[in-house]
Amino acid sequence: MGMTMSEKILAKASGQTSVKAGDIVWVKVDIAMMHDLLGPWLVDGGFRRLGGKLFDKEKVVVVSDHCTPPATVQQADILKFTRDWARAQELPYYYEFEGPCHQVIVEHGHVRPGRLILGTDSHTCMAGGLGAFATGIGSTEMIGVLLTGETWLKVPETIKVVWDGKLPHGVYAKDIVLKTIKDIGHAGATYQTIEFSGTAIEDLSMDERLVLSNMAVEAGAKTGLIEPDQKVVEFLRSKGVMEEIEMISSDQDAVYTRVLHYDASELEPQVACPHEVDNVHPVSAVEGKAVDQVYLGSCTNGRISDLRIAAQILKGKKISKNIRCLVVPASQHIWMQANKEGILDILTEAGCIVNMPSCGACGGFTSGVIGAGEVVMSSSNRNFRGRMGSPKGEVYLGSPAAVAATAIEGKITDPRKYLPKEVMV
Amino acid sequence: MSFIIRGRVWKYGDNINTDIISPGQYMSLPVEKQAVHAMEAIDPTFAEKVQPGDILVAGNNFGSGSSRETAQMVLKHHQIGAIVANSFARIFYRNSINVGLPVVEMLDTTLIEEGDDLEINLLEGKIINHTKGAEYKGTKLPEHLIEMVKLGGLEPYLAKKLGIS
Repeated sequence: MGMTMSEKILAKASGQTSVKAGDIVWVKVDIAMMHDLLGPWLVDGGFRRLGGKLFDKEKVVVVSDHCTPPATVQQADILKFTRDWARAQELPYYYEFEGPCHQVIVEHGHVRPGRLILGTDSHTCMAGGLGAFATGIGSTEMIGVLLTGETWLKVPETIKVVWDGKLPHGVYAKDIVLKTIKDIGHAGATYQTIEFSGTAIEDLSMDERLVLSNMAVEAGAKTGLIEPDQKVVEFLRSKGVMEEIEMISSDQDAVYTRVLHYDASELEPQVACPHEVDNVHPVSAVEGKAVDQVYLGSCTNGRISDLRIAAQILKGKKISKNIRCLVVPASQHIWMQANKEGILDILTEAGCIVNMPSCGACGGFTSGVIGAGEVVMSSSNRNFRGRMGSPKGEVYLGSPAAVAATAIEGKITDPRKYLPKEVMV
Repeated sequence: MSFIIRGRVWKYGDNINTDIISPGQYMSLPVEKQAVHAMEAIDPTFAEKVQPGDILVAGNNFGSGSSRETAQMVLKHHQIGAIVANSFARIFYRNSINVGLPVVEMLDTTLIEEGDDLEINLLEGKIINHTKGAEYKGTKLPEHLIEMVKLGGLEPYLAKKLGIS
């Protein structure tokens, strides 16, 4: 019987030739990733009580992103603790003020096909967009990983989600993933892998594939995987990864627990409404809903292609006077690229505020949280009650194009209205 | 962690996510200050009313969202005895076992009401409702985790494995 990508990666990580869904395996971790808010300041006590010796500092990556820039003294203290810890451990890979960890570890070449990556953040699954098996763990579990380099995992079943056909103009990876989450349900993939495949997925850029894997956890999934191809190889080469890249794919006769088929050409722009990510409707159902803030950014949709789309829509226009539009590039690298391309000028001339790359208001931490009664249209990944600030606020999620169009009108807007055919991609 | 837990029930619905249990905006505070805000988005009096040993009973997908262990930390700060739900989100379930917060799944938690006096046997997967004189079947602890739970969670388990006293 054939194996899924998940089974193959976990077989290798557990030193076996073959494993199957449901097996409990002890695995060796390739990358252990922590961020500031759920990292060293929470793990240090237990870590030191148990000897305080890292299993392999080359395999430990720490990224300060949630408390950057610190909005409070407490955040500054956590940031300092994290930085001091990384120095004391002589970590070769410590990043701060560069952007959300999931994007930073991709850009620095830590994420590669076939690797097993565990991180203290639920969106660690984003790394699956390059064909790594990546999932979130808690801080206590990370203590064990830091000390031994191992943990146990249950080999997950896989739901195969096939998107064939060509996406219509104005419809993006975000719409694919929102529609998928709507159908699977926010807990529908619990303990399972979602494997995205089909011609529409193959056509997606790296930027867009990461949107799908990033949000797999919003359906409860352990990880979201996409079979790596030449685009992944070229991407990694562009990031300076020169070692051999191990390609991986599910076998033809691999066993899936479910297979969902979609025709991408029939998809419309989608919006996730408060307060659950599977409360998804076509944009037409919520058009006209007034907003107070628009948020274009996050590890989900703050990449260069997202900013380019927003710039296409906002070029020469002004955002609504009734709102503020916060732009948060997903990394310093993306910020610089957007600057070179003149995108930041276009966005600021339209009235947007460009913040520094960080987790920012997406998780309600810094730089743009919302108050009671306020409504946000955001390109981020989660709209739970209280997620971006006040529990009396409301968060709607959509594609960067939908977010940019909403910024112009000050109310939720179908992005196709602002995308003339000649600039459609 | 004890294998038999008895306490009074507080009842909640589906999708009690980590932003509700441990709101992001308070996560950088010390745990006792975070704990004041636990569950406040849906139950503003939670922090005042819960007593040590109380049991939370909820519907589907308890603990969805973030991997933040601050969710377990604040519930442990309130000395919640256990959580019974129709289902749990994966990372939350795992974290709970790792830190010694008992979690049990049962098929239909609508059989339990707020204020009921509940007794849970983790090893047998048995839930007794003393108020209603009923007994329900819950999930047993996974076989490979019993030793870890017996020792009190992942940290003591690791200490034993690594030979640290």
